[in-house]
Amino acid sequence: MSHSPTNPTNHHGSVKSYVTGLVLSLILTIIPFGVVMSGTLSTLATVIVVAVTAVLQILVQLVMFMHMNTKADEGWNVMSFVFTLTILVLVVGGSLWIMQHLHLNMMIG
Amino acid sequence: MATDTLHHEGSVVHHEHHDATGTKLFGFWVYLMSDLVIFGSLFATYAVLMKGTAGGPTAAEIFELPFVLVETFLLLFSSFTFGMGVLAMNAERLGQVKAWLGITFLLGAAFVGMEIYEFQHLIHEGYGPDKSAFLSSFFTLVGTHGLHVTFGLIWILVMLIQLSTKGLNDMTRSRILCLSLFWHFLDIVWICVFSFVYLMGVL
Repeated sequence: MSHSPTNPTNHHGSVKSYVTGLVLSLILTIIPFGVVMSGTLSTLATVIVVAVTAVLQILVQLVMFMHMNTKADEGWNVMSFVFTLTILVLVVGGSLWIMQHLHLNMMIG
Repeated sequence: MATDTLHHEGSVVHHEHHDATGTKLFGFWVYLMSDLVIFGSLFATYAVLMKGTAGGPTAAEIFELPFVLVETFLLLFSSFTFGMGVLAMNAERLGQVKAWLGITFLLGAAFVGMEIYEFQHLIHEGYGPDKSAFLSSFFTLVGTHGLHVTFGLIWILVMLIQLSTKGLNDMTRSRILCLSLFWHFLDIVWICVFSFVYLMGVL
């Protein structure tokens, strides 16, 4: 049919890419779960492991499941995603920063 | 445009159909990005309020990680089965598309069922959203995600009905593609809930 993989908007991966995404996601879920449950690492190291595996799994699913790439729609998908990330950093980072300071000031006052 | 038709060896009519689907998908993508900002602000609220337990339970006292791991697997597998459904759609296999969507629905329903059980259990123990700022923000964040999954389930049912009455055409195809983006997006948000709320909550 006309839905050939040559058209970027109709390129929706293969069985291989979905299975790869599933296996990688499973591994990246079990690693932080095991680290937290066993409690062998220090708190800081555990937080780093959880954060890094979460970011990796998000990237895996964005690429393998949602097929985000710079070629489709002339990169507008990625562009809007990066813009949203900027907003998220401002909202989440900014909120935590301000509230942390407020908290410290309240403690002193 | 001219080079596009050369590449696709299709008629101009076909090209316009693809463009319409592509535009719809991009529009839906932009909606998902705005939804991401909603979830981002809920995550920020939770991060600010998570220490405000007001004499109630802390995160470490009420979270049961093995239970949440099962929820995570249900959603992850449902994301995978939806992907299989999209592949079946690209291969023009209507029966398989319905079967994969049906499996996705069951996995998603099991996830929502487990979450309702968890909420009901917490409220029964006296740890409802009215107990503390921590529990208010927790119920709001996880509940908003659960509500999204519930609407996704309704959408899957609607698509199953439309597939039965209309079959596979350009309209149902682009709707299933939008729904697939929505479903994968909810799985990605859940990774953040699982990692930053549940896993880091018990540390």
